[in-house]
Amino acid sequence: MSADKVNAIIEKYRGQPSALIHALVEIQHVNHWLPREVMHQVADALQVPFGQVMQIASFYKTFSLTPKGRHEVHVCTGMTCHLRGAAKLQAKVEELTSLADGQTDAEAKFTFATGACLGSCSIAPELIVDGKHYGRMTPEKVEDILKNYE
Amino acid sequence: MPKLQSAAELEEFRAQILASRDAAKPCIAVCAGAACDGLDSAAVAAAFQAAAVPLADKIEVKTTGCHGYCEKGPNVVVTPGEICYFEVSPADVPEIIAATLKGEVVERLVYHDPNTGAMAVHMSEVPFYKHQTRLLIGDNPKLDPMKIDDYLALGGYTALVKVLTTMTPQQVLDEVKKANLRGRGGGGFPAGLKWETTRNAPEKSKYVIVNGHEGESAAFMDRAMLTGNPHKVLEGLIIGAYAIGAQKGFMYTRHDMPLLEKHVRNALAQAAQYGLLGKNILGSGFDFEVELHFDVGIFVSGESSALMRSIEGNAPEPRPKYIRTSVSGIWDKPSNLNNVETWANVPQIINKGADWFTSIGTEKSKGTKLVSLSGHVVNSGIVEVPMGTPLRTLVFDIGGGVRDGKTLKAIHFGGAMGGSIPADLIDEPLDFDGMSKLGAPIGAGGLLLMDEDTDMVEVARYLMDFLTKESCGKCVPCREGMAQMLQILTRITAGQGQAGDIERLQDLIEVTGVASLCALGKTSGDPLKSMFRYFKPEYEARIASGSEAK
Repeated sequence: MSADKVNAIIEKYRGQPSALIHALVEIQHVNHWLPREVMHQVADALQVPFGQVMQIASFYKTFSLTPKGRHEVHVCTGMTCHLRGAAKLQAKVEELTSLADGQTDAEAKFTFATGACLGSCSIAPELIVDGKHYGRMTPEKVEDILKNYE
Repeated sequence: MPKLQSAAELEEFRAQILASRDAAKPCIAVCAGAACDGLDSAAVAAAFQAAAVPLADKIEVKTTGCHGYCEKGPNVVVTPGEICYFEVSPADVPEIIAATLKGEVVERLVYHDPNTGAMAVHMSEVPFYKHQTRLLIGDNPKLDPMKIDDYLALGGYTALVKVLTTMTPQQVLDEVKKANLRGRGGGGFPAGLKWETTRNAPEKSKYVIVNGHEGESAAFMDRAMLTGNPHKVLEGLIIGAYAIGAQKGFMYTRHDMPLLEKHVRNALAQAAQYGLLGKNILGSGFDFEVELHFDVGIFVSGESSALMRSIEGNAPEPRPKYIRTSVSGIWDKPSNLNNVETWANVPQIINKGADWFTSIGTEKSKGTKLVSLSGHVVNSGIVEVPMGTPLRTLVFDIGGGVRDGKTLKAIHFGGAMGGSIPADLIDEPLDFDGMSKLGAPIGAGGLLLMDEDTDMVEVARYLMDFLTKESCGKCVPCREGMAQMLQILTRITAGQGQAGDIERLQDLIEVTGVASLCALGKTSGDPLKSMFRYFKPEYEARIASGSEAK
């Protein structure tokens, strides 16, 4: 875990209760999930009740309360992707990874999640791995792409 | 760069920028918009940059925001002449550079009409562009969003100078009111009236906010505007703050677009460095600062009162609006919120005047509108047309019609809380009120085409599924009503529809609409209402036959 980075973020916002969301987003970005002890640290440093930290952390979809895999695989299920076959893409990813929406495998290789919409609708449907977009995707191409991630 | 202390210093600096630039020097603009980026335009840009290193005095390479014609990305535009190259790959780079140096055109990479093969070289000839009026998005291919000097070279911040040196806040407000600028975020509420409410609210501390949340599925014009030309939006915001008397502004936008964040952060820092933000802006005595905030992945946080709760650091739950947020918003202070596109319209209204602005559009909907064109359309991308443009122009002349030679079944506007209208209404004009009456309000401006094979029951089920997951859960009718509607729709698509389902749905739409606080719940039934208005036989047939969704 990137403990130094996390501590630096918490220190940056010490004593600023209204910066709670900022702090959690930044921690999520560097650490990819929010461990309970880190949320306690945030609560103490920013002087907000732990319950409020949990409320925010569990409300927004961006925050993960469980560890994520090394690679985050997303299928966009926005409206255009949906119209252009996102469901078939999703089924293929689920078949190849044996993961349902939101799950992480036991080896922590992949976390799979659906989500919408990143605004690249013109190249729908889309598979996104670790932020890299694979546009105009077909179920047949998915296996070759996922093979590149270890 | 020392801080600019006055309007005169800014103009002097602008003159220096212009004098140092040669308009005849070829410039290659590589699009880095969301779709082009997804097609690895970064590799194309890198190849151009590398190839241009030894040619620095002969050619310039820019990485820009979205050009608009996303379908044919990666897009490259060469000036002078606005020569448009489409679907450019790194391998094409040497040929484009060689041709550009000789003043020639690489014919195989320009637009060719799919039917006649006729070539269109310049932007003004390409069918996708030539039917548009690109007042807001048109600067995107001309500037590097990371460089404030590029914006200044195009006349950026002249409206701010005009406001600070020649206009009182009241005059600015009057001009925007006279222009009848209506909010581009969905409601179409007159921006000037909203500004006036905040201005007249008794509290001294006031806030202005850019809503760049853009959670509406298949709407991508706001991020293109904000990523591609952040200073235009910022200039509008500063002018609005001056008119309203706000000392602080917030930009609220998406956390999941790295380029968007980078460009906005950079724009705020550059504007502060140049003295266009901060204390005593351009020596006018006007102080204004801007803070950047991010949505954290929930649709409802785009709702104004929820968004403001989120800026305070709380969970984004909407509140009843018997007192408007323009009177009591962030930390209970008057807070004026407008959408990205609304703010982007402000500088040109100040520069060219309300009379010019009102000469564009229809009687009640003025100016142009940015539209994200997607779904089963041939030419997907971002389009800007005058209000009142017939949908036919958008769909066929610009959009090139329906993909794969199919016929048009429906046009959907306004995302998950919008509506679908049948193809035979294609000659209706793009207009806030007209489209609302038809049951497909423009919303933020996401326009989807649906082809003949589209299953309208499945579309409604999909939209309801989306909204169910995005409800904050505060209002029981929204949370539970939508869950019930989703169950019924899912049953129908699974071939288990029952007699009375349509009536049950209509009942749920009504109760959810009346008893929810915010627009998410209130209008959650709108897509279904439009379905029952135009596509009811399809629902009845599906319920009667019990056949499964395709």
